[in-house]
Amino acid sequence: MKKFRNLCILLLAVSLTAVLGGCQDGKDGTTESQDNSSSQETEAEPTMGGSIVVGIPQDLEDSLDPHKSVAAGTKEVLFNIYEGLVKPDEEGNYIDAVAESHSISEDGKVYTFKLRPGVKFHDGTEVTVDDVKYSIERCAGINGDGTPLVAAFSNVEKVETPDASTVEIFLKEADTEFLAYLIVAVVPQHCDDLDKTPVGTGPFKYVSRSPQENIVIEKFDEYWDTENQAYLDQVTFKVVGDSNAIVTGLKSGSIDMYPRINSTQAAQLADDQDLEIYEGGMNLIQALYLNNGEKPFDDEKVRQALCYAVNRQEVLDMMADGKGTIIGSSMFPAFEKYYMPELVDKYPQDIQKAKELLAEAGYPDGFDMTITVPNNYQQHIDTAQVLVEQLKQVGINAEIQLIEWDSWLSDVYGERNFQSTVVGIDAAYLSGRALLERFTSDSDKNFINYSNPEYDSLYEQVKKSTDESEQIDLYKQMETLLADDAANVYIQDMAAEVVLRKGYGGYVFYPLYVQDMAKIYKTAE
Amino acid sequence: MKYIVKKAGTLIITLLIVSFLSFFAFSIIPGDAARSRLGTEATQEQVEALQKEMGLDKPVLVQYGNWLKNFITGDMGESYSYSMPVSDLLKDKIPITVALTLLSFFLILLISIPLGIFTAQHEGKWLDRALMVLNQVVMSVPGFFLGILITFVFGLVLKWFTPGAYVSISESFSGFLSYLIPPSVAIALPRCAMGVKMLRSSVISQMEKDYVRTALARGNSGHQVMYGHVLKNALLPVLTFWGMTIADIVANSIIIEQVFTIPGMGSLLITSISNRDYPVVLGIIMLIAALVIVINFIVDILYGKIDPRIRVEQ
Repeated sequence: MKKFRNLCILLLAVSLTAVLGGCQDGKDGTTESQDNSSSQETEAEPTMGGSIVVGIPQDLEDSLDPHKSVAAGTKEVLFNIYEGLVKPDEEGNYIDAVAESHSISEDGKVYTFKLRPGVKFHDGTEVTVDDVKYSIERCAGINGDGTPLVAAFSNVEKVETPDASTVEIFLKEADTEFLAYLIVAVVPQHCDDLDKTPVGTGPFKYVSRSPQENIVIEKFDEYWDTENQAYLDQVTFKVVGDSNAIVTGLKSGSIDMYPRINSTQAAQLADDQDLEIYEGGMNLIQALYLNNGEKPFDDEKVRQALCYAVNRQEVLDMMADGKGTIIGSSMFPAFEKYYMPELVDKYPQDIQKAKELLAEAGYPDGFDMTITVPNNYQQHIDTAQVLVEQLKQVGINAEIQLIEWDSWLSDVYGERNFQSTVVGIDAAYLSGRALLERFTSDSDKNFINYSNPEYDSLYEQVKKSTDESEQIDLYKQMETLLADDAANVYIQDMAAEVVLRKGYGGYVFYPLYVQDMAKIYKTAE
Repeated sequence: MKYIVKKAGTLIITLLIVSFLSFFAFSIIPGDAARSRLGTEATQEQVEALQKEMGLDKPVLVQYGNWLKNFITGDMGESYSYSMPVSDLLKDKIPITVALTLLSFFLILLISIPLGIFTAQHEGKWLDRALMVLNQVVMSVPGFFLGILITFVFGLVLKWFTPGAYVSISESFSGFLSYLIPPSVAIALPRCAMGVKMLRSSVISQMEKDYVRTALARGNSGHQVMYGHVLKNALLPVLTFWGMTIADIVANSIIIEQVFTIPGMGSLLITSISNRDYPVVLGIIMLIAALVIVINFIVDILYGKIDPRIRVEQ
């Protein structure tokens, strides 16, 4: 089946190149005009009203319940329907949403929120402190069967509502960064089928869904933030699983916007005058993740040798025409306050050094290894293929093993039964913790079995610290450790290219994996 | 009557075997529905809790028993991915795939019967030869490739239809049907070619029979012989082929639905397999298996209608 599909893509690509033979030089022209047009963007006047069709690569298959949904693809849609006490903005800060103001106690154990008056759910009822209490307790598993719906909320001890506009959240252990988790949706207490019909407080309300087809949301007229009302009246998220169908849909006009096209698709769309391509970061840590708990990668020297063997610029050139940002540790550039550009060049390609390190580690002739890659991510497969060639130069004979995403989740991620794998890891929250906590020795998410007592103790200090600059400093030390130990072969934060039909504007890149449809508008003709 | 009971027995046994095999295939392939739904942020504790909720912590045989018990009472379970009953999910998808299948089948009949007879009547003439060459070419092109070709030529270059702009039945029935035409052509063409070839050779072999000569000698016109005698006999082997074709179309629509982004049963089956959403997968498999058996049954009855000698009651 997969083969068939790949074959069709190949055949289409061949037929396209045959038919559109002469457009190679036109391509450079469009890149230039794109630069021009982005500077002209300010001219376009936003108008109210209109609708848009946004292509999404997969249906919302986990759950429409914001506390149960986990897939990034689901969260990016639900972002428009739900809001938390606070919500992220495009610079990576938290702004008050359902809450009007917040304060954190000195010891980092009590979070107090003042509710914003007049915030309404989509069914017209007003948000009360009880709804907030219910939402937080639901995430924490209090009053339920004890299993928290959102893992991070296991730290919540109790929620109290001293008066009709105040909510206090008490934590079991001090955590000065807990605010990052409070972007979690506030849901109405009186709705018990949120996985079928979402009701939130966001700028858009849920209208309907048709499995495998679409999800329709429309503007919520009573949104509390009257200055940031949505421009568009209706947004349809259309499920388009086939990468070919995405290109034809964009060309034919049945899709107006598609976030994150790959470089092949971008090349096919570059000469289309009706479409505009915006470039940003994908906010994923793409790396060759190494199982630090298994031979030969339990040896730091071997891991470092791999780092020296790899030429990351070449990877970018081969798989994405050089687009993307090279990274040197588990942090992407959009997290400006934590990002350390100085780590990028820690391991420049040095074949000689790599060979020496391998010899020191007892593998003078290299070894055989397996790179496990989920078969639904072409960009990771492409990267792995380039890596295989590069590793040959130091005598390492790597073999790619493609598996289904689902098997990856259970075997590689769950059972940690793998040697190395190429995937991208994203941040679920706007905090350094979202990316760095996973590498502490006893974390459930530490699938690479990285273990460094120094790293663990640094993280303990972060949790205790109440000073943000101190935390940032500690996180930076953790990043440095990951790079020093060569925990993984860090490659890049991939370039995200968003296609938007001309006549629409307002696309905003966030440091999180979301699509803010409230900012998209139709331009005046 | 006895025959119907016997057929119903076959149906039940086949469905049992198919469901059993699919269920076990599902338990063998790697991947876990609970983990698949919870993703990378989940703790072990959460995964186990959900497994328990889904009943995945029990032995496979017990799971199968539970599923079977519910299935017999008409409850196909709830989809993991969509939090809605499988029957509701399928209710929306079946009409789409059925419409696509019927449309393709109708096209096959419409094209292959006249062409088959025509080429047989003109056997050896240049038009027949030209048609047979064309036939051979069309027959060897796989449906999904035709689909891509049709999308490109008629959708993007000639702009006769908008690729990807699927219209649901509730929006506009005519829009829905017209969107289904290109994909059904893609499905139908290779099978049309096969149908033409079969009917042609079947008609030709009948034409050589003695009864044809006798009928002609008695003064019947060529037309009378063709439509009164030959066609009836020639259709018998072709009928089996058409019966198989319907099952074949359903299987093929899985690929074509992907190419034309039609949200039918095929697309649902594929995503449900990768999501390990086994209630949905089993539901669809049961449906397809039942369909194949029922079609075979209908073909058997039609046989008897056309040729009383093989009437099934005996």
